Amino acid sequence: MSDTRRPTKLTKRLPVNGRSALALARPALRSTLRSLPFPLAPPTVPAGVEPRRPEPRVGAAYDTTWARSYPARMARVLLVEGVVRPAIGVLAAPEVHGLDRLGELEGPAVFAANHHSHVDTPLLLSVIPEPWRHHLFIGAAADYFFANRVTGALSALVIGAIPIERTKVTRTSADQAAELLDDGWSMVIFPEGGRSPDGWGQPFRGGAAYLSLRCGVPVVPVHLEGTGRILRKGHTVPRPTPTRVTFGWPMRPADDEDSRRFAARIERAVAELADEAGTDWWSARRRAGAGRTPSLQGPDIGAWRRTWALGDRRPGRRRRRPAWPDLG
Amino acid sequence: MTRPGFVLEVDRSTPPVLFHHGEQFRLERLPAGRSRIIYPAEPLEPIRHPEAAIRHALCNPVGDSPPLPALLRPGMRLTIAFDDVSLPLPPMRRPDIRQRIIEQVLDLAAAAGVDDVELIAALALHRRMTESELRHAVGDRVYDAFAPHGLLRNHDAEDPDNLAFIGTTDRGEEVEINKRAAESDLIVYVNINIVSMDGGWKSTATGLASYRSLRHHHNVRTMTHSRSFMDRHRSELHSSNWRMGKVLRDAGVKVFQIETTINNDVFGTEGPLSVLQKWEWTARDRATFLALQKGLDRMPARLRRQVFHSWRAPHAMTSVQAGEVEAVHELTTEHVYRQHLVPVEGQTDILTMGLPYICPYNVNSIMNPILVMCLGLGYFFNLYRGRPPVREGGVLIMSHPTPWAFHPVHHPSYIDFFEQVLAETTDPVEIEQRYEEQYAYDEWYRHLYRTSYAYHGVHPFYMWYWGSHALAHLGQVIVVGGDPRAVRRLGFRPASTLADALEMASDVVGRDATITHLHNPPILMADVT
Repeated sequence: MSDTRRPTKLTKRLPVNGRSALALARPALRSTLRSLPFPLAPPTVPAGVEPRRPEPRVGAAYDTTWARSYPARMARVLLVEGVVRPAIGVLAAPEVHGLDRLGELEGPAVFAANHHSHVDTPLLLSVIPEPWRHHLFIGAAADYFFANRVTGALSALVIGAIPIERTKVTRTSADQAAELLDDGWSMVIFPEGGRSPDGWGQPFRGGAAYLSLRCGVPVVPVHLEGTGRILRKGHTVPRPTPTRVTFGWPMRPADDEDSRRFAARIERAVAELADEAGTDWWSARRRAGAGRTPSLQGPDIGAWRRTWALGDRRPGRRRRRPAWPDLG
Repeated sequence: MTRPGFVLEVDRSTPPVLFHHGEQFRLERLPAGRSRIIYPAEPLEPIRHPEAAIRHALCNPVGDSPPLPALLRPGMRLTIAFDDVSLPLPPMRRPDIRQRIIEQVLDLAAAAGVDDVELIAALALHRRMTESELRHAVGDRVYDAFAPHGLLRNHDAEDPDNLAFIGTTDRGEEVEINKRAAESDLIVYVNINIVSMDGGWKSTATGLASYRSLRHHHNVRTMTHSRSFMDRHRSELHSSNWRMGKVLRDAGVKVFQIETTINNDVFGTEGPLSVLQKWEWTARDRATFLALQKGLDRMPARLRRQVFHSWRAPHAMTSVQAGEVEAVHELTTEHVYRQHLVPVEGQTDILTMGLPYICPYNVNSIMNPILVMCLGLGYFFNLYRGRPPVREGGVLIMSHPTPWAFHPVHHPSYIDFFEQVLAETTDPVEIEQRYEEQYAYDEWYRHLYRTSYAYHGVHPFYMWYWGSHALAHLGQVIVVGGDPRAVRRLGFRPASTLADALEMASDVVGRDATITHLHNPPILMADVT
């Protein structure tokens, strides 16, 4: 049996080397520092006092104010117009419908879309028209996009993200979003709270509806079709696929409507847009009129049948392309 | 508050006047001391929330009509008819008003469970609308939902299987309209009123009619008895349509009329082509105009036409009303007058006008000499209430290049009309008697109308009749800057410049003749007392 141990470096075998010197010096350094007077030395904590824990600077606490400064906004415009839009043009070739429905929309709005993929955000940044496109912020998962300072800074700069807490109920995210809406910024939010795990939608949460009620801004329902095929959850390599984006009529909460009911109505509106994208406008309107619009969440059946049923939802490709590969 | 239309007396300090000259412009100086210019009003303030206004109109109809939702029920046959490509002018920016209305009507129909719905472009004897024109009018959503199933169609006035004879008026006028519309439980008519001639019973009784029906009011007698056809209450054209409307109503054809008016914002509210007067032009406006004029003069004619016809006007809706046809139309006319009427005192010896590049019958097409005559002597001359702004026996001077050019696909019968009929006579009565039926029943023209994108064989006759009131009223017509051969074929006199034209006019009306210039577009209507 041969000896597989790698030989130790000569410098490490010497009686005096850098590491041992540092190990010897560290206590001396510490005691020297401690012996310095305050404020050169850190303050001591009195006995019986619970030391204050350092403020978290990532996650929901990440401060994105700098990302709305003039230089950052200019940088974002250049990035979106020079990098994001051309890249999305190649990757997603978006076909945009319903922009005329925004004709009467004035001031800030909350764009609420279904969520299938990481491509959804850059796609929306590419297709939302002026004057909203360069005055947008995105509600992004605090625990994912702002997990560390590097991803947080990139998210804030490139997509104008603000952290939204999705694992616990907190007012910080809502306050920050409401403040920006009040300042005239528009918001992109994915009310499902995360990307679709299986190609079907998830129930809409009340964030978009709550912000609309609180700030008095309209919600624009948006349906995204095809992004799940570009980069679905769990995949890392994008596959170019044509996409379709359908904007709906801006919605405002009714006088006696709470955020839960309004959220349900927003979900229904996105479902109607999905129906419109899958069939045609008139068929979708008739089904909506009869209360028979297919749910975004898919049929309540077994997992494999749900996956199989996904093949039915693509216009012009009905049943021709099953959702899993042909195994022969 | 928008500035109303007004009349300006020309003096030495009056800057030159902008004359539209087809796809070009001319700056002309009118003689001081004996000329006046009728300027249109500025565009009226549009409705701020058109979607809400449309919904309100559908749910609160005028006249003896229930709200639209109450007229819709499952199992019914619903036909939505809409104005064709001839309205508005120039075509408006998206979304077109028709799209806005049709989508809301369909929304209500869907909520009521109406399945049997068809849409018909009410084009009478006009050319069929192309896919892109239909998409522009009704929007992609409606087009994609209906056209692939054959449920969005152009009206065919020559399809015997799809026409229904309804009856005869007390004056013997036959009423025959589109069968699908006639047999529907409800026709919803979606209209855009650009001038006071449009709308009312003319929408259904003309837009969905056949030649058999149209010939009763599209003729010389009707036109010469309409003073003018822009004034509903003094228009024989409208009286005939209203009689036909009564026949339709008595036969049980139910029409829910939706009429809209638009402001006269044709070229925007800023810049040299807007309603700004010349003395209001800034240095930038002047530079823009010079660049535009020089650029257009150097551009090939084909490219110039493409540039102009690609323009989409920023028209905006100023009113929408729905319900019973006649009550709706009364309101509509008031709104049209609010935008167009300009009070004018007395008549003058000469009327001048610059004709633009577009009229209702050359959208995406060529303005041929017959259409030049129709626009000048038919439409612009008739834009009056009371009396024409030019006296009987006076002179009309219009500016247009009048090229000897025709669109072979859109206007095939116009070519023959120009070459054969006008070479013989320009008298509308003689033309009607000798030639109309031959062209109206020509199988080739009929085939082209039904299967290609051609105006009906009889259409150039109607264009000529449209000017018959002016021809009878005027002592002479002079065209400035037109192709002399084409102008002479029309029976008019060609002139190189406005000064020459005024000199020529002095033979008829004397040397110190008074002049009125109609500053149109944007559209105005002279209310002459």
